[in-house]
Amino acid sequence: MEKLTSHYQSADFFDELIDDKGTARSPAKQLLGYLDSLSEDELEKRRLTAEATIQEMGISFTVYTEEGNIDRAWPFDIVPRTIEASDWKIAEAGLKQRLTALNLFINDLYHDQNVIKDGIIPEHIIKDSKNFRPECVGVSPAYGVWAHICGTDLVRDENGDFFVLEDNLRVPSGVSYMLENRAITKRVLPELFENESILPVDSYTSQLFDTLASLSPRDIENPEIVVLTPGIYNSAYFEHAFLAQQMGAELVEGSDLFVDSDDCVYMKTIDGPERVDVIYRRIDDLFIDPEAFDPESVLGVAGLMRAWRAGNVALANAPGAGVADDKVVYAYVPAIIRYYLNEEPILNNVETFLCDDPEQRAYVLANLDKLVVKPANESGGYGMLVGPHSTKKEQALFAELITKNPRNYIAQPTLRLSTAPTLISKGVLEPRHLDLRPFILQAKDTYVTTGGLTRVAMKKGSLVVNSSQGGGSKDTWIVETKGQ
Amino acid sequence: MLSRVAERLYWSARYLERVENTARLVSVYDDLLFDLPKNIEVSWYNLIEILSGEELFEQRYKVKDERNVVKFLLADDTNFNSMLSSLKMVKENIRTTRDAVPRETWELINELDLYAQQNIKQGINRSGRHDFLNTIIEGCQKIIGLFAGAMRRDSGWHFLIMGRYLERADMGTRILDAAVSLMLQSEPEARIQLGQVTWSKVLKSQSAYLDYRRTVRTSINGAKATTFLMNDLCFPRSLAYCLGQIGEAATKLPRAGLITAQVDKLLEFDYPINSSEDLDEDFHNHLNDIQIAIIEINHQITENWFHFRQGDAA
Repeated sequence: MEKLTSHYQSADFFDELIDDKGTARSPAKQLLGYLDSLSEDELEKRRLTAEATIQEMGISFTVYTEEGNIDRAWPFDIVPRTIEASDWKIAEAGLKQRLTALNLFINDLYHDQNVIKDGIIPEHIIKDSKNFRPECVGVSPAYGVWAHICGTDLVRDENGDFFVLEDNLRVPSGVSYMLENRAITKRVLPELFENESILPVDSYTSQLFDTLASLSPRDIENPEIVVLTPGIYNSAYFEHAFLAQQMGAELVEGSDLFVDSDDCVYMKTIDGPERVDVIYRRIDDLFIDPEAFDPESVLGVAGLMRAWRAGNVALANAPGAGVADDKVVYAYVPAIIRYYLNEEPILNNVETFLCDDPEQRAYVLANLDKLVVKPANESGGYGMLVGPHSTKKEQALFAELITKNPRNYIAQPTLRLSTAPTLISKGVLEPRHLDLRPFILQAKDTYVTTGGLTRVAMKKGSLVVNSSQGGGSKDTWIVETKGQ
Repeated sequence: MLSRVAERLYWSARYLERVENTARLVSVYDDLLFDLPKNIEVSWYNLIEILSGEELFEQRYKVKDERNVVKFLLADDTNFNSMLSSLKMVKENIRTTRDAVPRETWELINELDLYAQQNIKQGINRSGRHDFLNTIIEGCQKIIGLFAGAMRRDSGWHFLIMGRYLERADMGTRILDAAVSLMLQSEPEARIQLGQVTWSKVLKSQSAYLDYRRTVRTSINGAKATTFLMNDLCFPRSLAYCLGQIGEAATKLPRAGLITAQVDKLLEFDYPINSSEDLDEDFHNHLNDIQIAIIEINHQITENWFHFRQGDAA
């Protein structure tokens, strides 16, 4: 019988599981050996088990289309991606360092703005930031932390080094899929969990609960924590429900809450109003409070900002935290780390050109066919130009956009994203590009998930891993191999 | 408990019960046709009348035959009371209250919904209908069983109970009414022949046949079957039992006064049925009054717990 991995080759990229000689990397040894021992039919059976499990568990996400919203089953590849535990420790330390610095930075921006006064970051970058909220100036959230939950996207280059691709500090999603991916994999490849030292991931929801509880403005034993969702038509509704359920928190919509004349937030219950202490909000800043922001919004709660500013309710993430989510600010993060912590960044940024800078802009405009251009404040992979895959017409359009509003664009070299073996059709493994989104929690303490959510570009050669753009995902294994 | 969550739990229970009862209703009719003497005509269209679906049905279909009736009741997505529509509503309500029910509920409702959608043709064609409907009923019972075995008896539970038994009381009286109408429509000489078959099917549709045998201990007739299904305090599908459950669940919740009063009033009402002659036009009107009272209870539940008045605030 021919081995599954015998023809596998990942051309010029760093492959997470198999090195360029075709040998399994140490954290993947047992996994690949096991997969090789399965017949094509057996492997196919496992794939079908995964599919059925996903359907039964109702793991889905919603995609917006012209025909309306479609609830799709979660696209999942059964071959896990492995990372050596000792490699992960470094990434973890890097993420903690990065988020500590970013929170100091956000807090500074809404108070003294020393970072601007000391010339680390130009004033106009902040002044023109779409996510800087003047409404938040002077507010002091608990522990000085604004971004309590962050999803930072990591990629590996051709040498296998981790780079930070972007920080998501507004309402990052995906963590429930990380947990569900593990649950599915345990059902699909149970044999491997017996013999390998795969670090567990499932403490996330209790960590999240502790993080949120520590933010309660009232010093009481059981603060009322709620997850605020825009509702079932949101693409991440599955996750909102999942997290609320796992934490034993109430899943609320804007219409379930109100702010009374005492500037406290209450929820509407069958017993009458009940005071709310902590809101894990999964609604963007501009929709959380029609009184403070968009009066047209029906998703939020009128007076919420008033209650938050008065210190009667904690919001996670705090409004205004997204200012550090700006891709232009991203370019300054290494400087931010040095400034606040007086340390060298453990994790590097991807090389980034700021279109705001005339010299860098000229370079970008001359090299549109080679670069990836991103708008500073979009998410979900929208509004991007992927140079090498673009037409002359698209490049001309972006040249115009950049010239018109240079502050709004950054460019990065096309990354040589790492790959991992992915089951493409029956018995066929092919390399597919992927990234990794670990989640970092910060309040009184800082916590990083074990690994994170691995997203895979399912199309051959594609670099787009977003689920809204047809990407898939895999379980992520942090494997201890040393000292055995 | 959030008012919105309470409302959705209440409606998931109602719709789930509606799914099961629709399946039971079609199933019992299916069965009835096999057993009736050839000279007695039973129209499938009766089912549309029982469920007050005449207007919608006639907009959709010209022919009032078996296929159209069954399609309308089981599969039609323009009929918001059809089995598939009701299943969809259970799913939507559970989807938005997953944090308030046992985790496996979501998996079970998905399974059931997938099964129903994939096999709906079996339900429409007579050959596979029995198995199909049976599987649907079992699927509903699995979920009810999960609730019974894995849910805390907190407010959420009480709303599920009220939803389930209100829907059951509603459907139960409709089924009784259907049988009464069927009897009234037929020629007096056919009634005896028809009565035996009809009333035992009615009992079977409520899984009440064996309990009737054990407790009533006489042959099956309209007066006795109706009395059992209306008044038996221990049988979980009788009207008295359903109303009792609603009243009891309500007392565990805040501000239950209006609802328990309404339920008590209904329970006290004694309509004497001494012989099958009493199952006449007056009885039909009596059932109608009960239906109206049930609708009123639903209205009060909605007002009392789901429509939050900010005036109640601290």
